[in-house]
Amino acid sequence: MMDSFGWPGVEFLFRGFMWTIGLSVITFLAGAFFGLLFALGRALGPRWLRFAIGGYIQLVQATPLLIVVFLAFYGLSFVGLYFPPLAAAAISLTVYATAFLADIWRGCIEAVPRTQWEAADSLALSRMQRLRYVILPQAFRIALGPTVGFMVQIVKNTSVTALIGFVELTRAGQLLNNMTFQPFHVFLTVAVMYFAACYPLSLSSETLKERKSASSTH
Amino acid sequence: MPALRIEKLRKSYGALPVLKGIDLSVENGDVVAIIGRSGSGKSTMLRCINGLEPFQEGSIEVAGHRVEGSSSRLRELRKEVGMVFQGYNLFPHLNVADNITLAPRVVKGVPRAECDALVQQVLSRVGLEEKAGAYPDELSGGQQQRVAIARSLAMKPKVMLFDEVTSALDPELTGEVLKTIAELAEAGMTMVLVTHEMSFARRVATRTVFMHEGRVWEEGLSETFFSSPQTPELQSFIAPNLN
Ligand SMILES: Nc1ncnc2c1ncn2[C@@H]1O[C@H](COP(=O)(O)OP(=O)(O)OP(=O)(O)O)[C@@H](O)[C@H]1O
Ligand SMILES: [Mg+2]
Repeated sequence: MMDSFGWPGVEFLFRGFMWTIGLSVITFLAGAFFGLLFALGRALGPRWLRFAIGGYIQLVQATPLLIVVFLAFYGLSFVGLYFPPLAAAAISLTVYATAFLADIWRGCIEAVPRTQWEAADSLALSRMQRLRYVILPQAFRIALGPTVGFMVQIVKNTSVTALIGFVELTRAGQLLNNMTFQPFHVFLTVAVMYFAACYPLSLSSETLKERKSASSTH
Repeated sequence: MPALRIEKLRKSYGALPVLKGIDLSVENGDVVAIIGRSGSGKSTMLRCINGLEPFQEGSIEVAGHRVEGSSSRLRELRKEVGMVFQGYNLFPHLNVADNITLAPRVVKGVPRAECDALVQQVLSRVGLEEKAGAYPDELSGGQQQRVAIARSLAMKPKVMLFDEVTSALDPELTGEVLKTIAELAEAGMTMVLVTHEMSFARRVATRTVFMHEGRVWEEGLSETFFSSPQTPELQSFIAPNLN
């Protein structure tokens, strides 16, 4: 039992930090997978699909993430689907990241000028070839900065899963504080750890955005 | 069989009629200039020819293909009908060589081993042999447009369509692009070019067509077309350009 904040406390927080990172990575990978499918469907699919995905994006973006997390944890267990906190956290964060990444990337696909489609069309490329060789590579470059920027949001937002008892960094901080009653030391250390994860991401997001606006597109 | 035959072509955007019954025929080796006021439907007609724009009535046959039906049939047509745009529309993420070889490789399956020779061959026709490794944003507008022409040539088209390809260029850069097109004309390429360059049309085009309000208003051999315009509309259109 820890009754004052020291090295063991930092180690305890660090284990929580590793869960934060792990959950962020899972969220990003799953969100990227579905987000790309949704972005393509939203930008290029038939009308009903665009409509359905648009509705999904609006709905998720208008719901506080915490409510999504509660729904996945308590709500689904109410209808007989019990997910342990890690699974409920991963599912709800993926639902959230999918909506935002799909929206960001749809914008990037649509930001590629229509004349690029036409040029590729005139060269007899099929729809898939146009996407693969002309549109997506350009959309990808546009997307890099905002996508890395959104990773920061993912890392910070994993903290809401503390409320369903998933022991990531924030929850670890609460637990440690309950043991040590040294909130300033504890939460300052927590903040430093979040900063260590987020700052490099913010920084590279900015450089990526700047590099793009400095027009060098290759 | 003519390289291009347009019959009774009608097209409207919603309720706005833009092409009101176009008849036009272009023989192999012909160079036809299309002139006319802004909004007369020149670009729309050109875009109908390679299926970029759907139309409601009439028929178009180009390089032996009818413009109709599925996208795979349109792709067959586009392999043989090149198009060059006012805004160049090069692929900014690819260098010149890759811009040129993308379609030959993925559409026609030209092996990589033959690509270098193809790049050199088409770049030499536009006078840019040394630019194969450059990216579009490292080139001047005139150079970009010549690369766009080379990219189109790499598909070995039977007919080429040009839509105001010098309009976005500074005056001192139009010359190099027009020179390239004139050389293609000399080499016997069948071309339809929308242009505002009257003296170029007169010099290079075998025939010139004046479009007005969605119709072919007047056409003729370029020599006589400019010196003795028949309709008052054409007279007033070319008057400011002749002196
Ligand atoms: N995508 C579109 N949707 C609706 N109307 C259009 C569209 N494209 C062109 N138009 C209209 O069709 C008419 C003909 O346009 P078009 O671009 O063919 O003219 P143009 O002769 O090429 O003119 P310019 O010399 O300015 O290029 C114009 O009235 C234009 O406003
Ligand atoms: Mg036009």
